[in-house]
Order: sequence, then C-alpha cells, then structure tokens
Amino acid sequence: MSLRTVPRARGGVGESAPRIDGVPKVTGAFSFATDLWAEGMLWGHTVRSPHPHARILSIDITKTLATPGVHTVLLAGDIPGKKTFGLEFADQPVLAWDRVRYAGEPVAILAATDPETARRAAGMVVVTYEILPAATDMEQALHAGAPQVHEFGNVLRHIRIVHGDPDAPAEVWVEGYYETGMQDQAMLGPEAGLAVPSEDGGVDLYVATQWLHVDRQQVAPCLGLPHDKVRLHLAGVGGAFGAREDVSMHIHACLLALRTRKPVKMAYGREESFFGHVHRHPSRIWMRHGAAGDGALRAVRARILVDGGAYTSSSSAVIGNASTFATGPYRVPNALIEGTCVYTNNPPCGAMRGFGAVQACFAYEAQMDKLARALGRDPVDLRVQNALSTGSVLATGQVVRGSAPVQEVIARCAAVPLPAGIRQPPSAGRWAPGDCLSFPGGAGNVSRGESLRRGVGFAVGWKNIAYSEGFDDSSEARVRLVAAPSGAIAEVVTAAAEVGQGIHTILAQIVRTELGVGTVIVHPPDTQVGSAGSSSASRQTMMSGGAVQAACAAVREILMDRARCRAETEGRPVSADFRAEEGQILAGHTLVGPIVQFLDEPIEATRVYHHRPTTPLDVAGRGRRGHRPRVGAGGPDRHGPGCRAGPEPPERLRPDRGGDRPGPGAGPHGGNPTQGWTHQERVVHRLPDPDNSRHAVGAGDARGGAGAGRAVWGEGGGGALDSRVDGGHRRRATRCHGLRTQPGPGSARRPDRSRPSGRHGGAAAIA
Amino acid sequence: MRIRVNINGEPRTAEVWPGASLLFMLREHLGLAGAKNACEQGECGSCSVWLDGTLVCACLVLAAQAQDREVRTLEALGSEGRVHPVQDAFLEAGAVQCGFCTPGLVVAVADLLARDPSPDEAVVREALSGNLCRCTGYAKILDAVRIASGRLRGGTG
Repeated sequence: MSLRTVPRARGGVGESAPRIDGVPKVTGAFSFATDLWAEGMLWGHTVRSPHPHARILSIDITKTLATPGVHTVLLAGDIPGKKTFGLEFADQPVLAWDRVRYAGEPVAILAATDPETARRAAGMVVVTYEILPAATDMEQALHAGAPQVHEFGNVLRHIRIVHGDPDAPAEVWVEGYYETGMQDQAMLGPEAGLAVPSEDGGVDLYVATQWLHVDRQQVAPCLGLPHDKVRLHLAGVGGAFGAREDVSMHIHACLLALRTRKPVKMAYGREESFFGHVHRHPSRIWMRHGAAGDGALRAVRARILVDGGAYTSSSSAVIGNASTFATGPYRVPNALIEGTCVYTNNPPCGAMRGFGAVQACFAYEAQMDKLARALGRDPVDLRVQNALSTGSVLATGQVVRGSAPVQEVIARCAAVPLPAGIRQPPSAGRWAPGDCLSFPGGAGNVSRGESLRRGVGFAVGWKNIAYSEGFDDSSEARVRLVAAPSGAIAEVVTAAAEVGQGIHTILAQIVRTELGVGTVIVHPPDTQVGSAGSSSASRQTMMSGGAVQAACAAVREILMDRARCRAETEGRPVSADFRAEEGQILAGHTLVGPIVQFLDEPIEATRVYHHRPTTPLDVAGRGRRGHRPRVGAGGPDRHGPGCRAGPEPPERLRPDRGGDRPGPGAGPHGGNPTQGWTHQERVVHRLPDPDNSRHAVGAGDARGGAGAGRAVWGEGGGGALDSRVDGGHRRRATRCHGLRTQPGPGSARRPDRSRPSGRHGGAAAIA
Repeated sequence: MRIRVNINGEPRTAEVWPGASLLFMLREHLGLAGAKNACEQGECGSCSVWLDGTLVCACLVLAAQAQDREVRTLEALGSEGRVHPVQDAFLEAGAVQCGFCTPGLVVAVADLLARDPSPDEAVVREALSGNLCRCTGYAKILDAVRIASGRLRGGTG
C-alpha cells in the first residue's frame, strides 16, 4: 500500500480525446452502409412515380420479370403485413397501390444480380397513371376545392399559443412577411443498407440510420414479423442531419431479402437520395412586433404556415417547434402565435437540423432588425435589452429554470472582430475574372459575382435540446466491467447511433471518468439492447450519456462494495471514500489495489435514463417541464457472488425497458399527432397581402446567408492515447460493423470468409 | 470485359460490364472500398484516386480507361498502425466527423502537398474545391492541411 496522487483518467470528460473511429475513417477501413457486401447478395432498386398526384391504373411487370438476372419484382399487394409506415403516423405507403401523392413515391421494387441489371429492369416496369390535379402550393392547399392529398383533409396540425394579452398596446409596431424555401440535408453518404434473411424466418438489417428502434417499430409490422425477428444493426453512417430519421430503403430491402431468401443491398445514388428522404419544410411567416418607446418588446403576433408535403413524417413536431420558438430568445409578455402545417403533393418534409426553430428564427430576427430601425436603435443593443434570462417566462408559460446566458452570448459574438477584407465589387460593379475563387461556389465556376453583395450576418437563435410536448424520451445503456490480461476493461452497449457527431467517443470518455479505466470498448449499436432514442435534437450526449453514467454508477457501487469487503476482511479501515482512478481503487489517498483484482466475476448494470418530463401543449398552447430527470433499472444487475450481495437499487429506480414504444398519444418527437389528426375542421389561415413587405429568402440584407453478434465497434482509452505516441491508434475493431466490402464475383481475390452475413462472433473480430 | 490494371503496385484483373466506372470496379470487383460513391457525377471528390499519378474522380473514369495503367488509392497511403502524415493531421485537427468525405480529402491533400509542400490558403482552397464535406464546415480541414504541410516539411506543424 502506498500513497500516491493519481491524475484523472486520460481521455475522460473535458479532454480532447481522439475519436475512437478516427483511424479506420482516415485509412478507408471504416465500413459505411454503402460499403456492405455479402456472398451472393442481390441489388435492390426502386421504381418511383414521375407524377406528384396520380391514380395508378395498372402496373405491368411482365418484361421486368422475364429479364435475365432479375430475381423478383414486388408490388404493394406482395407486402405481407401493414401497408403503410410513418415516424409519427403510419400514413405513407411502403409501395403505392391506388394513388401516388408526390413525384418520387415508390411504386415497385425489384432485386437483381447487379445494379446495372436492376436499373435497366426497373425501366421496363410499365405503370399506367391517370394524372390528377395536384396541391403544390401550401396556401392553395388550404382553400376550399383544393385537391385533397388525403381523405382527411389537408391540415396536418394547427397550433394556437395565447400568452398574456395579445391585444396589448405598444408604441412602435413593425410588420413583415417572410418565406423560406425547401432545403435538403444532402448528407454525403446516400441511403444504403443490407438486409440478410435469417434461418428463423426473420431478417437482419444493417442500415445507416439515426434511430434503430423507431425504424424497427415501422419495419416489423410491414414485414408481418414480431419485433424480435427483425434485428437492426447500425452500419457506418455518412452524415445524417435529420435525413435518416425516417425509413427509406429499410422495408424495401427486407421485403426483397425475405422474398428471395438472399441478402439484398440497396444503395441510392445521389439523385435518388433527394427522393429518398424528407426535406426541410418551406415556410411562409407573417409577424408583427410591438415595442415600448424604450425598446422593450410588448407583444408579438405570428402566423406560421409550413408545407409538410405528402406524408406526415415529423411534421407535427416541426410546426410545434416553429410555433413554440416563434418569439425568439426574448422576453415577450404578450403573444398570439398560430402555426399550421399542411399536406401538399410536394415531397414529404420532416427533420433537418433545428427543424421549425430555424424557419421562425429567420422571421423574428429580421423583425428585430426592423424594430431596431424603427426605434433608431443599434440592433445588437436591442437584442441584449430583450434577451431571455433565467426566470423568464416563455410564450408557452414555461419558466426558464436553467442557465440562459443569452445576453452574454450576444455580447461575446458582438465583440468578435469583423473579418478583414470583405471586398465589395469595384465601382463598375464587375469583378475581375480571377476573383471568382473568392465567391460562394465560385471555384465551381458557378458565379461571376453578378448580384453579389457581401456582409456579415448577426442573428440570435434558440432551439430545443431533446424532445418535448409530453414525450417520455429515454435511452438505455449497459456497462460491463471485466478483467482482461492488460487490466480492467469496460464495455458499453447502447443503440446510440454514431452519425459523425462523436457520441461513441463521448460515451467512452464518460466511462473512463466514471470508472477510472483506460480501455473502453463501445459495441456496435443494434436492437439487442433497449432503445437509445434518436441521434437528433442534440439529445444523445445528455440521454445516452446519462444512461451510461447511471450504469457506471451502478457498476461502481458494486465494485466499491467488493473493495470495502476485501479491506474489511483484511482488517483495514473502510471509513474513507472509495473511488476508482486510472485503473486503481483508492480509499482516500490510500491505494487499495488495481480494479482488475476485484473482477473475478464481471460486473454488469443496465440503466434507462429519462430526461425531465414535459407536458403536451394545452388548448391555449401552454406546456410545462418537470424538475428532475429519472433513471430506471434496465434489468437485473449482474455481478456474480461477492462477499455480500450488491446494493439494492433505490426505490425510485423502477424496471423500465425504455422507449421501444412511444409515450401515450405522443410521436417520437413529442409532437402529438392525435392533436393534428383530430383537428380536421378547416383552419382559416389568412396570410397578409403578399405584396405587403414580402421578404424572400436570399434577397435583401446580408442575413440571407445567414458484424453482428458482439463484434467490437470501437476501442480506445489510455492505451489508445499512449499508442499515438507509439505510432498510431490501437484499435481492436478490424470489422467495425461486422461486415466489410469484399471483392465481388469475377474478382481475382475471394472473400476471406464464407459466411454471408455479419453474424460472425465478436471473438473473430478482436485482433 | 476483362480489365488488367496495376493497383497500388499489384497487378489485378476484373471482369466488368463495359459501362462500369473505375469506381465501381475498385469498390465492387476489387474490394477496395476506400474511395466512396457520394455523387457519381464528379462534384464531391469522395472517389478521388490517382490514375498514372494524376488525381481523378474515379466515378468519371471508365474502368476500361484504366486498362494497363496504374491506379493508386487511399489504401496505399497508410494503414492502421502506420498512418500517413496527412491522415494523422486529419485526426489531430478534428477534421473527421462522419468520415464519408475523408478518404477523398486525404487523397486530394496528399496530392496537393506532393506538388506544393507549402501552399498558401488560396491554393489550398482551390485544390480542395472539388471535395465536399457536409459535417465540418471545412475550417478543421484547412487546419489539417496546415499541420500536414508542416510535418511533411520536417517541422512540428
């Protein structure tokens, strides 16, 4: 026993730890979904509608089926289970059967031996359409007599938030109308996945996604299979940004694999990718801001209309966010906010970074500039004067209880020196030919500087962290502490999707800090553990991080109990605080021994973390947030025989398998689809005269710019950090997703394994 | 059709459809998935490889055009335990997020620094203008180029 001072675990929280997937990503060894390959696999292809609204009169697949190399063609009638799917409301056909509601809607799918054969065969599917009038304008979709996208009307959700006295007087009023357009996430890795049929009649789907469990929730019913026969595994994700929240090729690939009994890969090209996922909602927003003569905001009125496209996706949450964030991060005592999302025959819109909140931001920040001009005030000062702070009441009635350093953030940004050398065109208004490299897109020779003005935008925005409106959001994590020849190793099992944001590195950092071990193995996410919720809404560090931290605490408690037990047996004092640091257990400043000495039996704990509860919006648009997050046990802790049993979990911990199912009446984003669907009366949503102060995006001021089983996924830790010095990261994962691209047919080099899927065991994957 | 090609110093052959791209041959016939297919129209640079020493978008080159020529890919630059200084600089700078653009950018930066060991920022921006990244916002990629440039010139970066 010796006295020593131990530094915190290296690679822990607060440090700049190297990415655990960094080396495979720079060497090309990381397997993205598009890189997957299996022996004998077929390639799937989708036949899509060219029309935004049409009745399907007939589909002739005779020629396609007769094409050599084509294994199967499937239509809606071939779907064994539910015919529709959807993130919040199952209104989207897996394959259209009577009507198509947007250009690009899937009508048929097929599987063939190679992508070229599949593509050509798809061109031979003959679909006869009767073209119908389409609702392509979000305002016209609200008019009487507009083409009906669904039988239940074109209003997807209407929200009304009344705060204080919306008719409160003000000395200065400014008004504006704003439009924002559709945007695409354009994640660099297009949609892709590999479905492998299994011997039990089920299917394993390796797919790039943001939320494995909500995918399974939608996929399994369509396949007519119980959830346990539909196993989803995270394949490497080439960016997400919301585009992978919805199902794309998932159900199609599984249907083809189950029909052909062969692995089926589907990988969209760039063009198809634009049809294959949802987009950012275009919006039309009218706002009126009133202020006192001293600049204090008195009242805000807002009408927000967003185009949800043909199917629901996460639209109810998007209009929820647009409405609840419509006042901006400002103290607004009186407000009336009306938000409406409509169905049209445009491509479906859904999640994209900060959904809803950014459309509103464009409008309220332009309004703040207008107000500053009307008051003769500096626009930054006006924002600082009205900024939210702790204790402020939002338009929904929620009181801000946490830190809200809006003033400080604005002041700091304002203090950043403006970039030097923003050049304006010479007086003649023309740029010299060589200047094009400095233009946006200029290197692609897409601009010669025509109509180009340059400036620096300044805007303040706010958005949600995690879900809201009553959704009981949760994440499950399992942490296991085991002995290895090199010392104690921690393993983490979660379904948290690593989409590039670094969640797996963060989880390893949390474990190092909580358990004091250097080496952490993060297992590849799949549906064999409870849901981690989505990698979206900036929630994963808080949610899966919270679950991992709670599981670590449970593991640590058992570990310390073993250490105290040993100390007691050896007649040593046990009054000091026991803790784990850098692979050792310490009592106060006294070394008790290496952690590994207390791991004759591994210790395992599973925990489910829930964030603070929220309530749905009531009829006046008011909602609340609870005080405390909640942790539940995800199952019995496993720690083997010790000198006494592990501690009983506190009473507040209740068995809870976490969010494999949505909360009552709430969609996965917390938006309440029921609210939208029961609200079927026509909403009169008059926008002001478009000619009155129309303010389109981009015009005007400078703001417009504004292996299955347990294959090891990632490993890092003190050892990994050390090994940088020794010449590179160590990484145990040689098959980070269980599947890797292997040479195909006709190749000179055959695959180095014969199993068709990634179902080789973890042992094979550990170098 | 049968293609004979030297890839990363090794003679290889593949039986491909005549319309297949060099990218498809590399990824689907030869098991070299380092070059990525992100746009298949020469816009994003994710499929960057060297053809007889010239940086090309493998999606825009027919496999047949590589007949009897030398192709060098990301896989030849470095590997686990022996990463190339450009790869190491990407890790150090935090220039890797989802990583889909990374193989193409690493190849493009290695190509640039082999031609111009001390490029100024305008030159770097021009050289990388054919590579798209959707995660990083490019600032850390520019940092990585500076670090790699310093390392390759023998400095500390």
